[in-house]
Amino acid sequence: MVGQVSLAKQVRKVLVGDHAVAEAVKLAKVNVISAYPITPQTLIVERISEMIERGELKADYVRVESEFAALATVYGAAAGGARAFTATSSHGLFYMYEMLWWAAASRVPLVMAVVTRVIGPPWNIHDEHTDLLAIRDSGWIIGMAQNVQEAFDMTLTAFKISEDERVLLPVAVGLDGFILSHTAEPLDIPAQEDVDAWLPPRNPKIPYTIEPGGEAITMGNLPRNDVYHAILKKYMDESMEAAKKVIADVYNEYGKLTGRNYGPLTECYRCSDAKYIAISMGAWSGDILNAVERLRNEGYPIGLLRIRYIRPFPEEDITGWINGAKGVIIFDRDYSAGMGGVLASEISGFIPSNTSFEGVLAGIGGFDVSADEFTAIMREFVDRVEREGLVRIRKYWYIPKIER
Amino acid sequence: MGMVTMTELHKYGRTKFIMPGTAACPGCPLQVGMRQLAIALEGKFTMVIPAGCSSIIPGTAPYTAYTVPVLHVPFASSPAVASGLVRAIRQRGNEGPVVVWAGDGATADIGFATLSGAAYRNEDILYIMADNEAYMNTGIQASGTTPWMAWTTTSPKGKAEDKKDVALIMLMHKVPYVATASIAFPMDFIDKVRRAMQIRGFKFIHLHAPCPPGWKMDDAYTIRAARLAVETGAWILWEYNQGKLTISPPSMPYRDKSRRRPLEEYLKIQGRFAHLKPEDIKLMEEKIDRQWDLILKLVEIYK
Repeated sequence: MVGQVSLAKQVRKVLVGDHAVAEAVKLAKVNVISAYPITPQTLIVERISEMIERGELKADYVRVESEFAALATVYGAAAGGARAFTATSSHGLFYMYEMLWWAAASRVPLVMAVVTRVIGPPWNIHDEHTDLLAIRDSGWIIGMAQNVQEAFDMTLTAFKISEDERVLLPVAVGLDGFILSHTAEPLDIPAQEDVDAWLPPRNPKIPYTIEPGGEAITMGNLPRNDVYHAILKKYMDESMEAAKKVIADVYNEYGKLTGRNYGPLTECYRCSDAKYIAISMGAWSGDILNAVERLRNEGYPIGLLRIRYIRPFPEEDITGWINGAKGVIIFDRDYSAGMGGVLASEISGFIPSNTSFEGVLAGIGGFDVSADEFTAIMREFVDRVEREGLVRIRKYWYIPKIER
Repeated sequence: MGMVTMTELHKYGRTKFIMPGTAACPGCPLQVGMRQLAIALEGKFTMVIPAGCSSIIPGTAPYTAYTVPVLHVPFASSPAVASGLVRAIRQRGNEGPVVVWAGDGATADIGFATLSGAAYRNEDILYIMADNEAYMNTGIQASGTTPWMAWTTTSPKGKAEDKKDVALIMLMHKVPYVATASIAFPMDFIDKVRRAMQIRGFKFIHLHAPCPPGWKMDDAYTIRAARLAVETGAWILWEYNQGKLTISPPSMPYRDKSRRRPLEEYLKIQGRFAHLKPEDIKLMEEKIDRQWDLILKLVEIYK
């Protein structure tokens, strides 16, 4: 096994998603953490604060006055050569919006956990993906975990991906508010020494360090010619493309370290012989998979394509799986006003015109959708296509009846 | 680094801390002030600069006129960015100065929350607010530090509100060092920067910087206006250093009202005050008197 990563010693723990993210931050030996409390993210930063107080993590925790300042602080820390982390949710993420773009285009490595939550009004702390998806144009790599183990793995690998010279883009790790953030599940955590060997401290010289006495670098002054700006965006685009390979490489190594293998950009379950493909992202994919299993037992040839990373957009994976499919049904827990579901909107452009397609808006506002309901929605779609032929519905609002 | 001497100033006479050919307007006070800052720190520091004139002055990438490492950042973010930056470099043992160089809009208005946060945390940074008394980079709009009655493009009849006293607000954050300064008194400013840099923690200097186009005055009057602001008592130079507040030497004579030059001398060279009536000037004098009363009371309190 010379030159190979050997399997790490691992400890099994039972943690809620937020605490699992904090564990990953500790193992990554992050230097600077800055955050502002917002439900359901708060458990992450509370746990990190405890780790620092107890001396388990040697890091600066900067208690700032807003999420805007939190991202500005970790951005400054990254420009100063540190490995830095922040976490937020919903309104906090939106309060960061300007800095999200600045950080990404500055090409410094950063990791941020986004515990997904509804955007108000009305005030609502429950789970929706609209917040995370609203940053998709900003230059962040964006992942979305399905369970607590994956939230941990995605956070730890995010540092390796973000700091890779071929990437140098910040990484947002999404996890569903409450459904993952506050739900305890067993997970395996690798030993510190094994993580250290795999993830050495950040090299502050990559891509650059702004510090007194250092090279007189300037980051961010006006371009001499606007074309220069366009070139920088093209470089960013190339790095996003390169990130697909880097994400694959990093998970390949990580799989050897932990024995856990991932997609890496997407995972497709029961897809090889599927005539219908359901597409989803995040925690409810587990329920959708249960529904797929039930439909399989009923004889329906359906599979589930789960998106792990929405940026870089996994175009090749998606077109590969839906090519030749009879129908595609996409579940969105998010809504782009005036358009529809974000995933449905983005993916619909890749669905051939002779393939049936339905975009389902469900769980908006955070209401639960059960495996029974998913089963019914998908069964209805497949039955309709089989009955009527080509069906193209860009948005179907799934609104359950409620007691008034 | 001790008190600056004339010999030392002469030594730096030809040192290009800012390379020539910048995009600054003729008579720009910001280059003057930044050069004084660079002399004070002997050219070894890092700047975090929010949106403003100083984002434009160094010229266009891939070139820059600034000779130190610089991070240009969004308007409201500089104190927070500097907080993260200084934490990162201190962890690696770099004890060099991290300076936020910001205008009045970034400081008193849009970035006020991040400024307050960084000050209250006592972050180890030097914050220089170069105050040209309006949003000059966007074309002379009124800011929180635009003086009462001053014309700007968004206060065409003169601003109705008083100038926000940012330095005193910072003093109330209980930071170790707060001072006012003026580009017309380089030795005072340089000494203040050097004294501030002896302290670990948050240091704030409010630097008065008259802007010829923004104040509607001749390009040659930058320093004259800055000096007259002090000599008429309109701008008071003071220093709070770890518990003790003092009037700075250039302002000492003007504790005595009779020694101040007539306020009109300061106002008449500025087109932005051309519409003032005699009763307005009288009211402005009363405001200046009240400010002196306040600062002199603070001198008594912070003995």
